[in-house]
Amino acid sequence: MDDAIISVRNLHKWYSGVHALKGVSLNFKRGEALGLIGDNGAGKSTLINILSGVHTADEGEILVDGKPVRIARPRDAMNLGIETIYQYNSMVPTMSIARNLFIGREPTRFSVFGVGILDQKKMGSESIKAIANVDLHLRSPDALVGELSGGQRQGVAIARAMHFKSKVMILDEPTNHLSVKETQKVIGFVRGLKEQGVTGVFISHNMHHVFDCCDRVVAMARGEIVLDKRIEETSIDEVHNVL
Amino acid sequence: MKRLFKTYLEKPELAGLILLVLLVVIFEIRSDGVFLNQDNLRGILGILPETGLVAIGVTILMISGEFDLSVGSVFALMPMSMAVLMVEGVPFPLALLAGLVVCAVIGFINGYVTIWFEIPSFITTLGMLFIARSLTIVVSGGFPPLLPVDLPNWLFTSFVGPGHMFRMSFLWFVGIAVLTSLMLSRTNFGNWVKATGGFHPAAASMGIPTARVKLACFMLCSMLSGFAGMLQVLRLGSPLPSIGEGLELQAVASAVIGGVSLAGGIGTVAGGIIGTILIRIIDNGLVLSAVDANWFKFAIGFLTIFAVVANAWMRKRAKAIKMEG
Repeated sequence: MDDAIISVRNLHKWYSGVHALKGVSLNFKRGEALGLIGDNGAGKSTLINILSGVHTADEGEILVDGKPVRIARPRDAMNLGIETIYQYNSMVPTMSIARNLFIGREPTRFSVFGVGILDQKKMGSESIKAIANVDLHLRSPDALVGELSGGQRQGVAIARAMHFKSKVMILDEPTNHLSVKETQKVIGFVRGLKEQGVTGVFISHNMHHVFDCCDRVVAMARGEIVLDKRIEETSIDEVHNVL
Repeated sequence: MKRLFKTYLEKPELAGLILLVLLVVIFEIRSDGVFLNQDNLRGILGILPETGLVAIGVTILMISGEFDLSVGSVFALMPMSMAVLMVEGVPFPLALLAGLVVCAVIGFINGYVTIWFEIPSFITTLGMLFIARSLTIVVSGGFPPLLPVDLPNWLFTSFVGPGHMFRMSFLWFVGIAVLTSLMLSRTNFGNWVKATGGFHPAAASMGIPTARVKLACFMLCSMLSGFAGMLQVLRLGSPLPSIGEGLELQAVASAVIGGVSLAGGIGTVAGGIIGTILIRIIDNGLVLSAVDANWFKFAIGFLTIFAVVANAWMRKRAKAIKMEG
């Protein structure tokens, strides 16, 4: 309990009559890479959307560092250090890498009521650093994100989360639509999170990916947690059987 | 060199700019040098601010991913409300302020209805096109009121500069164009506008207040259109209820010719302005070249399609240029 960075207690969520989360309680341990597995409609995306502020829970509570918090908007989650990388891209393809890195959190030289002049020099230099930190090699921060491959885009999204010193990084099916080689790269990123002291939550329905890079696996089915074990104490077959 | 070439091919306003230069040369030759003489340029620059300001508003709104068909009606409603107030004895500055508030309210309604009821802005603003036009005629009582004689024309329509080249309205236009252009390219708000229109789910998930961003763009668009309408009324000297009819589609054409994407996210204020200048130049150049003026709309239509096709082609070419790494 002490080493839990996020705890959720008895979360419930209904979507127009469908009981999508049925009292889920879970501890996300500090520095651990947790794999969240489940079929479509199992409730894993619902759980993640609640943590990232896209939806709010109908019942239950969320504790961050032991303190109860309210996450009503994506901004709230970001301010708590929870960063989410979605399966659809969290990048705007028509904008440059540098601009994407700082979307919604642009450094300004001065501002009035939150609107101000962009510090483009800082955006350029910091995005070069941020990209290099995740071991990504791109020609220029001014290149359009729309010209990057799917894997590179996820790399930039991860670089963004790292740059803003997120404590918890949620990756919602980041390997969908990626080639084998790029998938390996993303899995490498997840493995690297631990060295940076970042807690990772990796959502996937591919068991092999989860067993490749996570310390612990949590399986969900029909809105409930049906299995919660360390990787070395379980097997792909066992997880398959409970789903 | 290759990188430079690629960067320029990616500029959305490039096709419009090339066409502009080309047409200026053609018209200059066809009109035996009349096209670029001082009197003709003065004529073009005198009208340009009115359609140009509307195009700026429509451009910014389109980049944020929305649409406004009501600009032509707001163009007429704003000066009409001012005129009616001034007939009642309200001084010009207060009437101007009231007129801008009317525009802001219309922009707010356009945005609010579009966003909260999740209906296409095409529909909302099409409705507003009729509503605002009707209001214009209702408040005028059917007869355009007479404008007072002591209007500050020196601030808006008088000729200034070397050889009385420009109207004051042109300076307003340049000032607003520079400000809005900087807002779009140099401020965080501009970044939010492009992100909101470029890919809404990403913008929303990164915590951008997309609803407020769009609302601000709707209001800005309406206010610029109203202001432009006022400039035209001051120039003509009478608030006609029918001004600005068809302006909404011309403004969209300007933006599109200037490289603004209908889907949002792509475009620049400069592009919208280039599009407007192109339309003005064709209007003027056809007459000077002694071509039947009824070809004007044909030319605009052709240009709109051609510019979009050219832009798409250039973007594809740019994408095909591989850069190392």
